[in-house]
Amino acid sequence: MILIEQAKKIFQTKNGPVTAVDDINLSILEGEIFGMIGYSGAGKSTLIRMLNGLETPTEGSVTVAGRTVSKIKGSELRKARQEIGMIFQHFNLLWSRTVRENIAFPLEIAGAPKAERDKRVNELIELVGLDGRGDSYPSQLSGGQKQRVGIARALANNPKVLLCDEATSALDPQTTDSILELLVDINERLGLTIVLITHEMHVIRKICHRVAVMEAGKIVEMGPVLDVFRRPEQLITKRFVQQVTEPEESKETIRHLVEAHPDGKIVKLTFVGVSAEQPVITEIIRRFDVAINILQGKISQTQNGAYGTLFVHLTGNASEVDKAVAFLDAQQVDSEVITYD
Amino acid sequence: MIEQWFPNVDWEKMWEATLQTLYMTSISVVITFVLGLLLGLLLFLTSKGQLWENKAVYGITAVIVNVFRSIPFIILIVLLIPFTKAIIGTIIGENAALPALIIGAAPFYARMVEIALREIDKGVIEAARAMGASTSTIIRKVLIPESLPALVSGLTVTAIALVGYTAMAGVIGAGGLGNLAFLDGFQRSRNDVTLMATIVILIIVFIIQFIGDTFTRKLDKR
Repeated sequence: MILIEQAKKIFQTKNGPVTAVDDINLSILEGEIFGMIGYSGAGKSTLIRMLNGLETPTEGSVTVAGRTVSKIKGSELRKARQEIGMIFQHFNLLWSRTVRENIAFPLEIAGAPKAERDKRVNELIELVGLDGRGDSYPSQLSGGQKQRVGIARALANNPKVLLCDEATSALDPQTTDSILELLVDINERLGLTIVLITHEMHVIRKICHRVAVMEAGKIVEMGPVLDVFRRPEQLITKRFVQQVTEPEESKETIRHLVEAHPDGKIVKLTFVGVSAEQPVITEIIRRFDVAINILQGKISQTQNGAYGTLFVHLTGNASEVDKAVAFLDAQQVDSEVITYD
Repeated sequence: MIEQWFPNVDWEKMWEATLQTLYMTSISVVITFVLGLLLGLLLFLTSKGQLWENKAVYGITAVIVNVFRSIPFIILIVLLIPFTKAIIGTIIGENAALPALIIGAAPFYARMVEIALREIDKGVIEAARAMGASTSTIIRKVLIPESLPALVSGLTVTAIALVGYTAMAGVIGAGGLGNLAFLDGFQRSRNDVTLMATIVILIIVFIIQFIGDTFTRKLDKR
């Protein structure tokens, strides 16, 4: 659905040229929810703007739904943009228009007749759950409701692709979750391809099928969300993964745990996908003569299964403990013996 | 009682002068609005980072606007006498005041239009572009509606300045309340006439301010 080939974007600034996007190759499948994560300045905003021609690559090409967005201009580009919806961090609604009029705006641009616009707006208001708020002005809505208007507006012309530019970054955690659920719902119901950029791993975990990690204009790591969660390779990816798996205080806590339990072994178990539901702990207690104590843990749901970490403390006869650890290794669970140094 | 306080006021003349002032003000406000809006849009669109970014066009327009905005109005009228004569055919009367009024006020309003447009959230313009809107659609459906309260309040300020300009134009023969106050009041030492003309001008200004404020409030849904 989307193909980015050797895309490069160089901005000329007072302090010399800055490479915002550096030789990126990427293909995104139809119906996929693809996430790009990175800190601010990583180039993700520039990259997502290339997908609807708000930025043109200095080199390389960008193809969306069969159109080479990076080459076309004028009315052809405007036509292509009507098939690519976009939502924004700050919603970017027109305050001078009501909810209905905001949603109708892209239909006006596309030249739809009044009767058709009204019908479509009604459908969209229902789809995003804004019944009864049609005649309100944006200033009368909450952040979450504003983003719903943004989504309805982006979907008005039945786009093939939806671009989300930090769409939940200005929202509180609860509202973020409801907007993310709406996006998943739209993805499933309409088969819409969604590309989103964010700096929150929570967003990636919750709805993305695949993720690309960006740093200094390059994609440093990419793959199915669960794989990246299980085996983050780059330091930056590890830090992002920690955002959701380990609360900030966990390093501290682990140190305390290791200090407090000099006997036995502390093992970090990483569950991915199906194994998260398997009774691994029960098995260990049944098979080996060890005592097992759960110290800390967190299981999160992702689009392709559960992901989580569990810190357990194994005590007992040293050889039994070793056997238990060996057993864990043989399971579909990654285990890592934590030592304090 | 009024007759006692204003013994020298010729009410018929006062009414005629009021109508002349209103005529000059309203015609010049309408044309200033159109011209100022166009110039303001040009300034905004050609400025840095905007849709028609163009240093040369922006620079030239900005210089013209600044020059005409800086010339004191009374001098501008004199400077424009040959121009006025060429297009109106005379330099006496209400119509003769119009070119100077418009040329004096339009650049002033253009700057206010530019400021009003700058206040629009850049994200909204980007959103419209992302939807596939053409520049003319963005002007008609985003830039003007989103800045309308500021455009109206700017026009209110300009209209009030124009009332003042008509009085100045009146002194050198354009008619209206300024002319009456100067010729019948000042030069013939009839202070009551000057005072009455001032009161009428104040009433006109208050009415313009009231209308402008009402519209601005009604239009602003932020």
